[in-house]
Amino acid sequence: MTGVAALVSKVVGSRHNDKDMLIQVLLDLQSGLGWLPQEALAEVSRQLRVPVTRVYQVASYYKAFSFAPKGRHNVTVCLGTACQVRGAPRLLDRTADLLKLAPGETSPDMRFSLNTVNCLGCCALGPVMVVDGKYHSNPSTSELQNIVDSAQ
Amino acid sequence: MPTMVSSLEELESLRKDILSRRDHTRPIITVCAGTGCQTYGAADVYQAIVGEVKAQRLETKLEIKATGCHGFCEKGVVVVIHPEEICYVKVTAADAPELVGAAARKILVERLLYVDPVTGQKIAREPDIPFYKNQTRIVFGNNKRIDPKNIEDYVALGGYGALGKALRRMSPEQVLAEVKKADLRGRGGGGFPAGKKWEETRNAPGDIKYVIVNCDEGDPGAYMDRSLMEGNPHAVLEGLLIGAYAVGAREGFVYVRQEYPLACENLNVAIRQAHEHGFLGENILGSGFGFTVKVHRGAGAFVSGESSALMSAIEGKVGEPRMKYVHTAVSGIKGRPSNLNNVETWATVPLIIDKGADWFCSIGTEGSKGTKIFSLVGKVNNTGLVEIPMGMTLREIIYGIGGGIIKGKRFKGVQTGGPSGGILPEQCLDTPVGFDELAKLGSMMGSGGMVVMDEDTCMVDVARYFVNFLCEESCGKCIPCREGLRVLRQILTDICEGRGKPEDIDVIREIAEVMADASLCALGTTAANPVLTTLRYFGEEYEAHIRDKRCPARFCKSLTSYYIDPEKCTACLICLRNCPASAVVGDKGIVHWIDQEKCTKCGVCFEVCPDRFGAVVRISGEPVPPPPMPGTRVVRKHEG
Repeated sequence: MTGVAALVSKVVGSRHNDKDMLIQVLLDLQSGLGWLPQEALAEVSRQLRVPVTRVYQVASYYKAFSFAPKGRHNVTVCLGTACQVRGAPRLLDRTADLLKLAPGETSPDMRFSLNTVNCLGCCALGPVMVVDGKYHSNPSTSELQNIVDSAQ
Repeated sequence: MPTMVSSLEELESLRKDILSRRDHTRPIITVCAGTGCQTYGAADVYQAIVGEVKAQRLETKLEIKATGCHGFCEKGVVVVIHPEEICYVKVTAADAPELVGAAARKILVERLLYVDPVTGQKIAREPDIPFYKNQTRIVFGNNKRIDPKNIEDYVALGGYGALGKALRRMSPEQVLAEVKKADLRGRGGGGFPAGKKWEETRNAPGDIKYVIVNCDEGDPGAYMDRSLMEGNPHAVLEGLLIGAYAVGAREGFVYVRQEYPLACENLNVAIRQAHEHGFLGENILGSGFGFTVKVHRGAGAFVSGESSALMSAIEGKVGEPRMKYVHTAVSGIKGRPSNLNNVETWATVPLIIDKGADWFCSIGTEGSKGTKIFSLVGKVNNTGLVEIPMGMTLREIIYGIGGGIIKGKRFKGVQTGGPSGGILPEQCLDTPVGFDELAKLGSMMGSGGMVVMDEDTCMVDVARYFVNFLCEESCGKCIPCREGLRVLRQILTDICEGRGKPEDIDVIREIAEVMADASLCALGTTAANPVLTTLRYFGEEYEAHIRDKRCPARFCKSLTSYYIDPEKCTACLICLRNCPASAVVGDKGIVHWIDQEKCTKCGVCFEVCPDRFGAVVRISGEPVPPPPMPGTRVVRKHEG
């Protein structure tokens, strides 16, 4: 059994082979692998006994899933309304300039992925960005540089 | 070993036991560990305080607790010392030694107290701070007293008492009648009466029924469900249990947004502890009633917050809405009767059972009973979560609690109800907040986002922002929503970028009408609301964009230019150094000017130019004046 198949087997087992848990299984794999390779999707279909078309339908519908590998560090800029009116577009521009990435892209050296999100629910602190799970409120240009530099 | 509670008497003795183990004379230092304060380093502050208490050998004299969100996120990290409720704001780890020492000696750390920006006075007690004073915190209030990972804190405050009352002293019919009498309306969006929904599920045929917590709080600008779930998960579970008992469900689901990891974590801990104490499982409190609950994480889709879409997501399918000729209350998950309410609605239920419908109805207005939590955010001084009795006016909320607009700027509009809501102008500020009142003005209550906008916000751009948001989130199943939004987005983008045509407004109205009539779910039928309300209240801004190619808020990039006033420029080099496009020309002592060809209109120069100079100005709808003669030197007025 390959590494991916073994992981799928473990995840599917932890969800009691329950077809209803397809989304949860894919979420577990997404966080375990960082993306959903074709092999993993095929394995999920086989082990969970769900048609492969439905696996792809679900995996392509939800934003949490990625069909391409993501960078080691995830940089997410919130574009919720509260962040928007307090300057999120500018924060996104600055971040994109600094990382030399457009939203949705991953750097060729696999160091960073730049994403946007519609609301993180920390509206009081806007504009907000999250780097590897850590929240930053309205970072200045030099703070932004530090955040990026410290993520190797 | 956790105590299994299997009767009302045992619940009461557990509560007494917990209270007897606590030393009520001992001050408790509570650190807010909600997501907002975490951003400001709440974990470090907590660790520093723990370390300091040890270092000063005060373990027996002080108790420390990490609690849920207090709501005053603007001022994080918030630390409150009970029982006096001394409130310290913007606390950092470095403040720990002084703070702990002062707490032990019961004196104040003056420099960490909140300063009222109006009077300039320091306020020591949390309840005296205007932000809190004008609130009625019946649902949200316990957040600051509870460690969400410790069920004992919840039980100590009478938690699960309402469940006991419902299960052992009331029939399911009586519980239902009480909730109906309270006229509890759904806090998640539409404001549908919860009791009616429960009744429909209860009366629907079938032995297997479900109850569901909707924690897919997708409306940008709203985060009360997040804070409730993170800060007081047992209140949500208790409400869900009571609802399950009333409708006859033995199984429940909680659907949590993927973006809310801490809510998921705290909820899972709460479920485990509730099982250990016998509040979940078989024969709860000796009543014969059994109930279990599963947690489903969302995978990132705004429309999955719609009830039929959410239920389809729980089945592991694509979260697309369906037509609801048959309500989900009758045919939901797997075709079985399924009752769905949002987090705040469920968390309100225990209060109604505990204190009665009459008490609940004594708060609020004729059509909207009880309280509502709003997330007051945007360009307002005090941002955070506020719980107010229904019927308070928008003005009281924004100015009384929110402390007015940032930097004393002019209020322009307040956005309520998320992307399906609308933007209300100044003349609507004296409207009492309620489901029907907001709907009458073309907006809605929604889940309670309240985004305040000032004179610098362009209303056409805001409408474009929401349409763009919904365009990306539309599932694409029905044509009016999918295509209507795409065309609306194109028209609004054109207007923002100076390509608007006079006939655009009629086209917008026509599309909006079709979408409202023919879309499949509420996302489509309400999608045009932000456009229609801005047209209704801020029509002159659309006209300025279309006719004069001018953005009155000087926000839209295509219609705005940046210019340095040579009279005001002191040649300080700040903007020159910060300009990412190297578009600022000048030198030390030489008046700066902006090369319009190079300028990307990022606005950095405008932001960094010190207020006392105010030399960088934004211009819209008029030509940019020519630059000064090359090498023009700054004339320093104070130099003779």
